[in-house]
Amino acid sequence: MDAFQWLYSDIVKDHFTNPRNVFDPDKDGGFKADAEGMVGNIKCGDQMMFMLKIEGDIIEDVRWKTYGCASAIASTSMLSETIKGMNIRDAYHIKPADIANKLGGLPENKIHCSVLGDKALRAAIDVYLEREGRAGEFKGEDAQIICKCLNISDKDIEEAVKQGARDWHSLQEATKIGTVCGSCKPKAEELLHEFVHIYS
Amino acid sequence: MTSRYIYLDYNATTPLRAEVRDLMVKALDIYSNASSMHELGRTAHAEIESARANVAALIGAKNPSNLYFTSGGSESNNTVFNTMFLIGRAGGRRKIITTSIEHPCVLNAAAHLRDEGFQVVFLNVDGRGRVDMDQYRRELGPDVLLVSVMAANNEIGTIEDIREIARLAKEAGAFVHTDATQAVGKIPVSVDDWAVDYCTLSCHKIYGPKGIGALYVRSKAPIEPLIRGGHQEEGVRAGTYNNLGIIGFGEAARLASLELSEYAAHTGALRNLLRDLIVERIPSVRINGDPDNLLPNTLNVSFPGAEGESILLSMDLEGIEVSTGSACASGSLDPSHVLMAIGLGPELAHGSIRFSLGKFTTEDEIRYVGEKLPPIIARLRKMSTVPFEEVAGTAR
Repeated sequence: MDAFQWLYSDIVKDHFTNPRNVFDPDKDGGFKADAEGMVGNIKCGDQMMFMLKIEGDIIEDVRWKTYGCASAIASTSMLSETIKGMNIRDAYHIKPADIANKLGGLPENKIHCSVLGDKALRAAIDVYLEREGRAGEFKGEDAQIICKCLNISDKDIEEAVKQGARDWHSLQEATKIGTVCGSCKPKAEELLHEFVHIYS
Repeated sequence: MTSRYIYLDYNATTPLRAEVRDLMVKALDIYSNASSMHELGRTAHAEIESARANVAALIGAKNPSNLYFTSGGSESNNTVFNTMFLIGRAGGRRKIITTSIEHPCVLNAAAHLRDEGFQVVFLNVDGRGRVDMDQYRRELGPDVLLVSVMAANNEIGTIEDIREIARLAKEAGAFVHTDATQAVGKIPVSVDDWAVDYCTLSCHKIYGPKGIGALYVRSKAPIEPLIRGGHQEEGVRAGTYNNLGIIGFGEAARLASLELSEYAAHTGALRNLLRDLIVERIPSVRINGDPDNLLPNTLNVSFPGAEGESILLSMDLEGIEVSTGSACASGSLDPSHVLMAIGLGPELAHGSIRFSLGKFTTEDEIRYVGEKLPPIIARLRKMSTVPFEEVAGTAR
């Protein structure tokens, strides 16, 4: 299996063996987060939680926990370092590919494992925004149009999955995606699969 | 440590032992075609027949001519299922009984027959991995063509009661196959005592070369070639003889027969030591498999709260080589089908590790693992979103 072609960079190894900002129950018992976000499902083999301290839209401090593989641990560690001191809007729009690049790359079939940290971070920021009465403020800002006929973005697919869509049929019912030319189906199904993994 | 690696993945494959290697180096010069009538051909032929006798002896087959050399376990298994396909296609019995914990090559060969219109039953196993005999008895009947049950499981090491399974199958008039790939060389295997019609074995699990295996076929049991061609192996398996592989297989089999009890004592003692060290030093672990019917070298452990691939890679960084039932290491989202079949649930299956010991494993190596593993599990559990104490009790 390709999964065994470990070509992890030294940076990945470093972050896997010495993860930064990981929640330590012995030291961080007093860590008071302003917002927490948890995504993933242990039934699928990975789960991620982000805890943020936010002051005037700046991420002052961060902790995270995971039940996950080496790629998930390393990429979340790198992500947590990257967002410290960052504006929540910029943090919200960090792409998993940017983190993978900072790690010196990840094996192709491990990219999906690294997405979880990014989703947990967004979930935490969403919680913060909602509490501030600013729900959905950053949504749609970096959306990528998937279905060109009906102008449906990856964010719309993500939202539909969050609302309960689990397969192509229910996704179509929720968004009408792919009901005109249908050429977006492979890409949309790939995203659907990924979001179902994260949110179910 | 004498070696850079502590290899505890012997169920995946074994290193080539020195005696076999030495013989194979000499055998590199046996270039002649064993099918040739001239003296050089007869020399190769004699070597191959001597190897066949050694392999036959290892599985208690009285007549070496009941053994056919193949490229390995997957080919042997597929040859049996293909034969059943050709028989069943002609009419009559069309039901296949196998188990939910077989090696993928049996699962996929059986699924292929199901796609071709055969009725296929994948028997349940209990929490220890033993076949549900009540379900088996219910499924047996005059429509059953083949029963195929592995002699011992590769992931959890559970040994099945092949003698009883074969007896019941014969009562129902069915053919019986066992994939003994993991059992051979680890526990006594006797095709005559078990009274099976077909038995699969592979050379690279017993310290011989890869790319060579065998299929035992009882006299008068039907067998059809998967690979057609020349008349080698009585027309059952065409292709010029693999002199090198067969001679290596013969020597590996001869030594495995000689050392069987020594092997079991050696690996069993070290496996028990490893199990005791883990249980003593790591809280809330679950030992999988059937303690009363277990391969001596295999130890499968679930570490709730810690993810398998992270455990595997952490051990890898310490030079310890194992395997995991976690989905993340397989490229799919589903954890090991064997661990799910014994009722673990994904919470435990994703966090499981298989240690498989071998003849070169030493006590120093096991004690080294006993030192290195507890902090690895503690570290991963500490950063985990999953409270391990809660997950530990979730198996059925």
